[in-house]
Amino acid sequence: MQRIDDFDALLRDLRSSLDPDRVRAEPLELALYSRDAGVARGRAAAVCFPRTGDEVAAVVRAAARHDRPFVARGSGTGLAGGATPVDDPVVIVTTQLNRILEVDADERIAWVEPGVLNLDLTRAVAHLGLHYAPDPSSQQACTIGGNVATNAGGPHCLASGVTATHVRAIDVVLGDGSVARLGGLEPDQAGYDLRGCFVGSEGTMGIATAIAVRLLPDPPAVRTMLLDFTSIEDAAATVSGVIAAGIVPAALEMMDAEITRAVEDYVGAGYPRDAAAVLLVELDGLPGGVDHDSDAVARVGRELGARTVRVAADDAERALLWKGRKSAFGAIARLAPNYYLHDAVVPRTKLVPVLQQVYAIAREQRLTMMNVFHAGDGNLHPLIVFDGREPGIWERVYRAGDQILAACVAAGGVLSGEHGIGLEKREAMPLVFSPADLDAQARLRDAFDPSGRANPQKVLPSGSRCGEMQRVPEGAWI
Amino acid sequence: MAVTTAVAELADNIRTAEAVVAVGNRVQWEVGNPPRVDAIDVRAPSGVITYEPADLTVTIGAGTTEAELTEVLGKHEQECALDPRSDRATVGGMLATGLSGHRRLRHGPLRDRVLEVRFVTADGELVKGGGPTVKNVSGFDIPRLVVGSFGTLGVLTQVTLRCQPVDRVSEWSSTAEDPVAVLRRGYRPSCVLWDGRETRVLIEGVAADVEAERLAMGTMGGSVAPAFPDGPHRGRISVRPSTLRTLAPALDRAHVRWLAEVGVGTVHVAADTEADLVTARVVAEASGGWLLREAGAPGIDGFGVARPNAVLQERIRVAFDPTGKFSPGRAG
Repeated sequence: MQRIDDFDALLRDLRSSLDPDRVRAEPLELALYSRDAGVARGRAAAVCFPRTGDEVAAVVRAAARHDRPFVARGSGTGLAGGATPVDDPVVIVTTQLNRILEVDADERIAWVEPGVLNLDLTRAVAHLGLHYAPDPSSQQACTIGGNVATNAGGPHCLASGVTATHVRAIDVVLGDGSVARLGGLEPDQAGYDLRGCFVGSEGTMGIATAIAVRLLPDPPAVRTMLLDFTSIEDAAATVSGVIAAGIVPAALEMMDAEITRAVEDYVGAGYPRDAAAVLLVELDGLPGGVDHDSDAVARVGRELGARTVRVAADDAERALLWKGRKSAFGAIARLAPNYYLHDAVVPRTKLVPVLQQVYAIAREQRLTMMNVFHAGDGNLHPLIVFDGREPGIWERVYRAGDQILAACVAAGGVLSGEHGIGLEKREAMPLVFSPADLDAQARLRDAFDPSGRANPQKVLPSGSRCGEMQRVPEGAWI
Repeated sequence: MAVTTAVAELADNIRTAEAVVAVGNRVQWEVGNPPRVDAIDVRAPSGVITYEPADLTVTIGAGTTEAELTEVLGKHEQECALDPRSDRATVGGMLATGLSGHRRLRHGPLRDRVLEVRFVTADGELVKGGGPTVKNVSGFDIPRLVVGSFGTLGVLTQVTLRCQPVDRVSEWSSTAEDPVAVLRRGYRPSCVLWDGRETRVLIEGVAADVEAERLAMGTMGGSVAPAFPDGPHRGRISVRPSTLRTLAPALDRAHVRWLAEVGVGTVHVAADTEADLVTARVVAEASGGWLLREAGAPGIDGFGVARPNAVLQERIRVAFDPTGKFSPGRAG
């Protein structure tokens, strides 16, 4: 599509809406913002850096005047291509909207702008004995706005819940540039739960400009344990066994042999290098419950073949054990130039057979695969490590990905636990949703954004709307 | 098999009807506004479809009652902590009205409990939203949209809920102390209720923790759950929790009986006359909140407030139900 003239007019309009320095369209900027941390690459028409909600609205209205789509973006740590610009959009980067606006320690609420980094919020409220529970592995880099878009999780979401359970209210700019407050700080609002719909909508319903999140009190007692196993099946069975015993730990993470060795070589967290799998288990809450549950975890683990059960003796050891887990993706960067990280969820009772299938798929496709994941909620993260320069490797990587997803769905699982659908898994949506299901989602998305300009082409596969389908009645002339 | 048949029949009825209202046991029938009288009644199937205790998830027909659900889960010492006022309430009815239970302070609102919903749309299609696993971001969050939608988007047929282990000890205790101070001294009590005179606290966990937590909060053990305010005209106020102290004396002056969920902001209200309930609504609005009519008071609007973002709300309703056949009149 030829849009040169349009483009100049768009740029002029954007630069009159925002300090001209904060509207960029140079090749370097466009290249930097052509993708997120996933593999899909797109192209932006312009990249804007607003500093206030009003500026976000002004940019969205300017985009609307030129009939351009817009894509919101935080730190770009998303892995599903949710922030990849498609259809020459205006990319709206929220990283300069990075103020913590208000902390109410009595009501345990913080109002933040979308560009506030996840970990910065927890650090800012630590002196109050409070924390923000969702803790994605990228929490040092990812923004809370991005967390809202993807409904992000993290190890500690097992007991505390994912982002949706922690967001109370959101100020948003909708597709037409109008503003709305979704949700509120009263426990209930009249009407539909627009706040709940917006969380996890991957930027397709508008842009958050301020977010009220719930803060949780720090637990009086925390116990972190490392269990190691001589077989991956025993470790997986222990996960299922712990949940079946009625224990929902604060976090329950699993790492297989390959990743355990890689992490140990990288940070020296004291993980056993010869383990087939380790489980990192954290229990928190009141001391009696922590004692009870940690005893039970150790018992279940030993019954199911744990070789050792190590309990962190102090905060330093606890931090070291977590450093191992949270450094996993840094560790693999040393092994090969490329990686592909998957994200799917299976019922926790199906962990053992599904993991066996996942490893078999990697063997069949002759791929190096590691698993480091949120085992407690059945959220698998098979990680394929490879050298993209090897001929034919990408085909095998993609094929393995499709097969892994199919195996998870066949076991009663879903497509994504926390990364989102974005561009990456759009076409997989029919694996779990019928045409009627997808049509309902498309109606919801269109009701939020009739213009279709908010992050187009994400989440829903083409053909999701009934009208788009090739349903030709018999005898029709076409 | 029986369930499938029932859903197919339901879908046929809905496809051809002009106005439809899903009916459970009418426990929460007066919450919000009454549906138009010409609507035909439909019933969702009941019973457990799958229950996997080791996954902590249960899938049930939307017509399943709290009593049935509690019985099934109880055999495995699990619960969903829905806590409706009557165990005759159906899960579909609870989700439609969106009323969270009294243990919300610790266990979260009703919406956090729902993993997957299946419902029949206006054109008789069966639609699924969400998914059966405890964690899922595949597609838009239709389950949250359905909770509290008063049946205006479709007729719920099937629901998957997250379960939790029942705590070993569950104890009510009480004090005459200021409820906010009591709440602050605890870690995560399940419930703190206050009627202006007495604070009652529910603590759940292992025995040692329940005892220690009660001592920390400074309450006297051996209490029981308080009775919720009763009367011919009832409602629930939703306000920011920090406004409770100013709200309380105003409610007393309004001659209503009330019980507040401290730290949550829900205040249960009962009145002897419709006029008193209206006064309570005025008090709620003066504190920045609103009052949902739950029973009685036939002369007043069920919500009393304009829906926030009414245009967007209406677009969503119409997107799902273009002819307005579902629960006409019920939600607004």
